[in-house]
Amino acid sequence: MIRDITIGQYYPADSRIHKLDPRVKIVCTLLYLISLFTFKSILGYVLATVFLFGCIKLSKVPFKFIVRGLKPIVILLLITVGFNLFLTPGGETLVHVGFIKITEYGLSTAVYMAIRLIYLIMGSSLMTLTTTPNSLTDGLEKLLHPLNKLHVPVHEISMMMSIALRFIPILLEETDKIMKAQIARGADMESGNLIQKAKAMIPILVPLFVSAFRRANDLAMAMEARCYRGGDGRTKMKPLIYKSTDHVAYLITILYVVAAFVVGRYVPFKLWIF
Amino acid sequence: MSIKLEHINYVYSEGTAYEKHALKDVSLEIPHGEFVGIIGHTGSGKSTLIQHLNGLIKATSGALYYNGENIYGENYNLRELRNQVGLVFQYPEHQLFEVNVLQDVCFGPKNQGLSPEECEKRAREALQLVGLKEKYYDHSPFDLSGGQKRRAAIAGVLAMRPKVLVLDEPTAGLDPKGRDEILDQIAYLHEKADMTVILVSHSMEDIAKYVDRIIVMNKGSVMFNDVPKKVFAHYKELESVGLAAPQVTYIMHELKEKGMDVPTDATTIEEAADGIMKALKKERAAK
Repeated sequence: MIRDITIGQYYPADSRIHKLDPRVKIVCTLLYLISLFTFKSILGYVLATVFLFGCIKLSKVPFKFIVRGLKPIVILLLITVGFNLFLTPGGETLVHVGFIKITEYGLSTAVYMAIRLIYLIMGSSLMTLTTTPNSLTDGLEKLLHPLNKLHVPVHEISMMMSIALRFIPILLEETDKIMKAQIARGADMESGNLIQKAKAMIPILVPLFVSAFRRANDLAMAMEARCYRGGDGRTKMKPLIYKSTDHVAYLITILYVVAAFVVGRYVPFKLWIF
Repeated sequence: MSIKLEHINYVYSEGTAYEKHALKDVSLEIPHGEFVGIIGHTGSGKSTLIQHLNGLIKATSGALYYNGENIYGENYNLRELRNQVGLVFQYPEHQLFEVNVLQDVCFGPKNQGLSPEECEKRAREALQLVGLKEKYYDHSPFDLSGGQKRRAAIAGVLAMRPKVLVLDEPTAGLDPKGRDEILDQIAYLHEKADMTVILVSHSMEDIAKYVDRIIVMNKGSVMFNDVPKKVFAHYKELESVGLAAPQVTYIMHELKEKGMDVPTDATTIEEAADGIMKALKKERAAK
């Protein structure tokens, strides 16, 4: 039932991308996302495609998992494409039926916009698929560390984030269990009007809250027992240290970004006016 | 009131990275009135198996017959099935939610559509069956002790008057006294209320004393399905899958090896003691 919902869609595999330092993945993904918006010619897109599919290949994540990330934005994609396709003036008119008018500009903007959005989602999916939520927060903590000087409690924020993330699957499982237990006692959650349905949630919500508080209490106690006292002077069991592969990854990404920027902007190779 | 499973397979999270084949071609028959123990190591599929019995999860393939009717049939009434097959989950006290014990136990009968008077009658009856004292009936279920909560939660299922009672590790986390009391009460229910009881456990010690038959699960398949004496005879194989026969089995086998004429198929301490006494008397008479 509820098990099918996945938040934090990590795909476990043994690949070079998985083993990269989370900081590398965060920074490189950001650079890649920005690079997508600098292109003016089709060569840029060719480079982005090569880079993205190279990374996917390296990550050993099956392609269908990456495509799955696109599902939630299908509507957004259609609307964007629609608007661009029908409402962009300029260039030769390709189709003109009644009030529908598709121009050359419209077609090229729509296609490029769609590719940009799809690549954007695929790129960020690749990051979340190859990095566990916990190492993502670890990486963020380290990246945002300089903010400490501005009295931003970076450690505390990232600790809260990782605890919250850790509790999502636990509470989902708990909900599933309680739901099943109440269904086994004849609870009916499907039929009835809105008020009856809301009432039917009580036998699930009350035990769920009780258990969430109990778990929070236990966790606080366990942290206290291990002398947790915030981020000051705290060291890590597995500190994030860049390895040679991480440097290589940075280098490749920077090369890609520079190449994409130069080629995509200044090499005058235009299939369509854009 | 028999339950019959035919080639049940169940796969968790099919088509994702976390796909897991939890049940592999399980075929079983549980006739009415039997007291069955299902035993297996963590992750052997026992909890998944019992959730099939009242249709909470649907098998990926295979058929399940309750009283000869296929519960996966198109017009089968699953709610009615759940009234007949009561399922007590592991740590059932985590499902308590009402303002007091009596009302919580009433939740099941109320869902069956019974009148408030009938609900209360059944709830009181169920609470008496599990041996919870009347002074606790108007307490908040969250104020009870662990063992009392467990009893209240089991009563919550019993109040529905199921024909088949399935319990998933009802003694987990209880002290030895609480454990014996709960198990004794379940055995009493089995006898008095003419119920089929299916008891899931990972401790042979717990169930050897009570059950007519033991089903041993290993990695999603049925490994053994026989009377306790015969299952325990395979104590070496049981060990290889992380289980163990009751301690008396080991003692009896070692005594036999040392040359004492004792029955090695004793499963309870009383039986073992009897066997040893008889052997000793025989030895003395021979001298």
